[in-house]
Amino acid sequence: MKECPRLAALGRRQFLRGGAVAAAGAAAVSVVSTTPARAVVPAARVDYPASRLANVRDLKVNEPMQIAYPDADSPGVLIKLGTPVDGGAGPDRDIVAYSTLCPHKGFPLAYDSTDKTLSCPGHFSRFDCEKEGQQVWGHATQNLAMFRLTVDTAGDIRAVGADELIYGRTRNVLSENTVSLRRG
Amino acid sequence: MTYKTGIDQLPIPPKDAKVQNVTCDFCIVGCGYKAISWPIDRQGGADAGDNVFGEDLNQQQGAESPAWYNPSMYNVVQQDSRLVHLIIKPDKACEVNAGLNSVRGGRMGVTRYSEQTGTMTARLTQPMVWRYSQMMPTSWDDSLSLVADVTRRVIEEMGEDGVIVSAFDHGGAAGGYENTWGTGKLYFDAMKVKNIRIHNRPAYNSEVHASRDMGVGELNNSYEDAELADTIFVVGANPLENQTNYFLAHWVPNLRGETLDKKRQMLASEAHAPARIIIVDPRRTVSVNACEAVAGKENVLHLAIAPGTDLVLLNALLTEVVSKGWQANDFIAQHTVGFDEAVAANRISVEDAAAVTGLASADIRKAAQWIAEPKAGGTQRRTMHAYEKGLIWGNDNYRTNAAMVNLALATWNVGREGTGCVRLGGHQEGYVRPSDAHVGRPAAYVDQLLISGQGGVHHVWATDHFKSTLNAEEFRRIYRRRTNLVKEAMDSVPYGDRQAQLEQIVAAIKRGGLFSVVVDILPTQIGEAAHVWLPAATAGEMNLTSMNGERRLRLTERYMDPPGVAMPDALIAARMANAIEASFRKAGNGAYADQFKGKFDWKTEEDAFMDGYHEHAEGGKFVTYDRLRSMGTNGVHEPVVGFENGRLIGTKRLYTDGKFKTADGRAKFMKAEWRGLQVAGREQQREKYAFLINNGRNNLVWQNAFYDQHTPFVRERMPVAPIEMNPGDMTTLGLQAGDLVEVYNDVGSTQAMVYPTPAAKPGQAFMLFIAPTGQVGNVISKATNELMIPDYKNVWANIRRIGHVPSADGMSFKNIEYPQTL
Repeated sequence: MKECPRLAALGRRQFLRGGAVAAAGAAAVSVVSTTPARAVVPAARVDYPASRLANVRDLKVNEPMQIAYPDADSPGVLIKLGTPVDGGAGPDRDIVAYSTLCPHKGFPLAYDSTDKTLSCPGHFSRFDCEKEGQQVWGHATQNLAMFRLTVDTAGDIRAVGADELIYGRTRNVLSENTVSLRRG
Repeated sequence: MTYKTGIDQLPIPPKDAKVQNVTCDFCIVGCGYKAISWPIDRQGGADAGDNVFGEDLNQQQGAESPAWYNPSMYNVVQQDSRLVHLIIKPDKACEVNAGLNSVRGGRMGVTRYSEQTGTMTARLTQPMVWRYSQMMPTSWDDSLSLVADVTRRVIEEMGEDGVIVSAFDHGGAAGGYENTWGTGKLYFDAMKVKNIRIHNRPAYNSEVHASRDMGVGELNNSYEDAELADTIFVVGANPLENQTNYFLAHWVPNLRGETLDKKRQMLASEAHAPARIIIVDPRRTVSVNACEAVAGKENVLHLAIAPGTDLVLLNALLTEVVSKGWQANDFIAQHTVGFDEAVAANRISVEDAAAVTGLASADIRKAAQWIAEPKAGGTQRRTMHAYEKGLIWGNDNYRTNAAMVNLALATWNVGREGTGCVRLGGHQEGYVRPSDAHVGRPAAYVDQLLISGQGGVHHVWATDHFKSTLNAEEFRRIYRRRTNLVKEAMDSVPYGDRQAQLEQIVAAIKRGGLFSVVVDILPTQIGEAAHVWLPAATAGEMNLTSMNGERRLRLTERYMDPPGVAMPDALIAARMANAIEASFRKAGNGAYADQFKGKFDWKTEEDAFMDGYHEHAEGGKFVTYDRLRSMGTNGVHEPVVGFENGRLIGTKRLYTDGKFKTADGRAKFMKAEWRGLQVAGREQQREKYAFLINNGRNNLVWQNAFYDQHTPFVRERMPVAPIEMNPGDMTTLGLQAGDLVEVYNDVGSTQAMVYPTPAAKPGQAFMLFIAPTGQVGNVISKATNELMIPDYKNVWANIRRIGHVPSADGMSFKNIEYPQTL
């Protein structure tokens, strides 16, 4: 993930004032898009798309891959940590994905491979990628949104949900057009 | 498993939602927030025209969006007896925080009382009294008449010295001008109570007596000064964690050079550069780390001083400045007295100071240079001098405070843009009371009075000695014993027989007992020993005024109902006063009853504000609720000096005219000679025990964790109060992260959870102050300085393993520092 050091440098000196999402850049992501089948009674919870992020063989241990989920405007990272963790997916229970918009003020988080944390250059908040995004120190009033993953027999990794509100949204899924209506 | 809310969408406030002004409940900075509320059965929409923000919420919002709110900022509460949605979010238009929230203030939504969502349902909702051998719910009339009758009987037996009071004196929630006036009028006007202490220390005294004696009020600049300073010199403070958004919104931009344009515009005739910063602290805090990240290490001077030796450093800096001729001679001649005498008395060479403080001589010289060397063209450098609890609750408070102010005066760093000699503060301020002159100086050491068996009734207002005192183990042991005597006596007669009950209580008091009344918003640890609990309302459940660390006065509007029958402290004080009056009158002592007569007729907190602040504060005559409301979250800097064109006119910084708060208007330099660790026994403690037990706050927890202990998001990170330890020390003691350790010395013992901290020096540990799950006060000896200020900081003890914190296994123990490698 070459973006992160650059973003951190930018944050350090220029104190990003906006457009964190634009700065985070567009990511290659394939979102399953089908025509939504409108329910007569709206569901009580958000319906998430099931988005293919990568295949297990694409991942190298401790090298984050930039993703976006549940749509292209919501950047994140996909990481194979190398050791099993709570919430880890895949045969080794070590694949995790997180939003990279800091849940404090939406600055782009940078990955530090030395201790497997995501840190915010804006106000120094830190999140532990090995503990489901627990805030180690910082100003966010929630832990980091973790994307729930499934891995199929072919090794395809899909994001299928999120466990906290993503920064900058009042609803994690903004447009029903991206929803594949993965229910159940 | 890490705590997650599972919330992935939130209700949207409609266009016509009610928007009210809020100043944060918590720290001195007083960030501006807005309370947004709307009826439970309505909602707005994502289109820009359908919500109160006027924002298109169908789109991803950018960084620092003024429209984003999260689950911690949201709740369902009662407002005027109806259910409403409530969002409390930071206000981007507030000059204090520019839309930033700390991890504390940003959780005001989820720390509100809500029967619908179950948050903070631990709140006290009704008066409780000890009867039938347990705490039982009762009415205001019943509880207050018991308090009044017991208080009367104690006064009849012991005089007013038998009434011991512990009361907040601060602003923000659980304080504020309304409530300090209410309690102040009760105890300092209707009564003349002298055995009174403040929420965080065992006596009724200033934390900055020296600064005031020198004529320099301790909050004398504006937050803007941190944007204009050439150098920030900070002693014994950790602003990133304790004054978070002051640091982030005002210091950091200057350190990053982002305020250069403003400096050039406002101070056009002199040279400017991004600020440099000097931080004096034995501990490498996250503030030091953050400064290095934003300013570069070359612009940050961390003086990791030997604990307790700040005075030596400050005197050496003064000596060095004078030896270089960098002092402000004209200012000193025209506006001060005592300069030569103070310089002579306080003289210490850089080399001698280096030996005592453990600092390099070159670093002390560099600090003097950064503080006082004239800028290009010979203009006086602008150095903001700031300090807080490391100095205040460090060694030899009075002299060290004086030495700090000496340096600022010598370099004319008070009363100019980009300067100031200020404490950074803990709570907000909100003090207006009748004269406390009768309390005396030094004031009574209240906690020692209680330990020594004095007093008969103890009125406790939002104070928890069990957490926030020194010599805390002995205090708790004796306080429980004394209050238990009264509980057993009360159990011996039916509650309804007041006469017999009073006889039993008074007899128990004569045997050494103590009757305890606690006024608070939540159950407290000292409350477990009390006989009466009175439920208080907090900010937002009442209108409440306070000022922040730059004297910025604001009104937090009432945006929800208090829980149950809870009331503002000011009105509880008034009703208590009226009940005491009635009790004396009924007992035939009309003269004493008349001391209360007609003074406590307030129906609302606004009545208390008008009686107190409006009538008695400097500039108060200009201020009303309506006027303050219209000043919004930016408010006005105190003292208020006028009202023009519909706006209150304030005072941005003090002493710009060089007139100080002394009889002749000249600031006083003060002699402040070094005398080692001032509290008896601490030098020996340092020799005998392996670890410095430094202590203070951390980012996540506000004050004594009264809300945080009920908040899962915080509890997960602080199941037991942490102790930061050097990893090498942990290896030596066979400790793992999350181990439960006992901290013990000649005073007592306490517990903490080990948090490995690479930045911690070997032999220096740091504990969370006044934590509910491990009180550092247990190991702090009772001695104070001559004005009853404790040295909470310079304490030594040993550490041993006693187990492992079970829930620690779900915790991350990674380094809290922002990685310098990124």
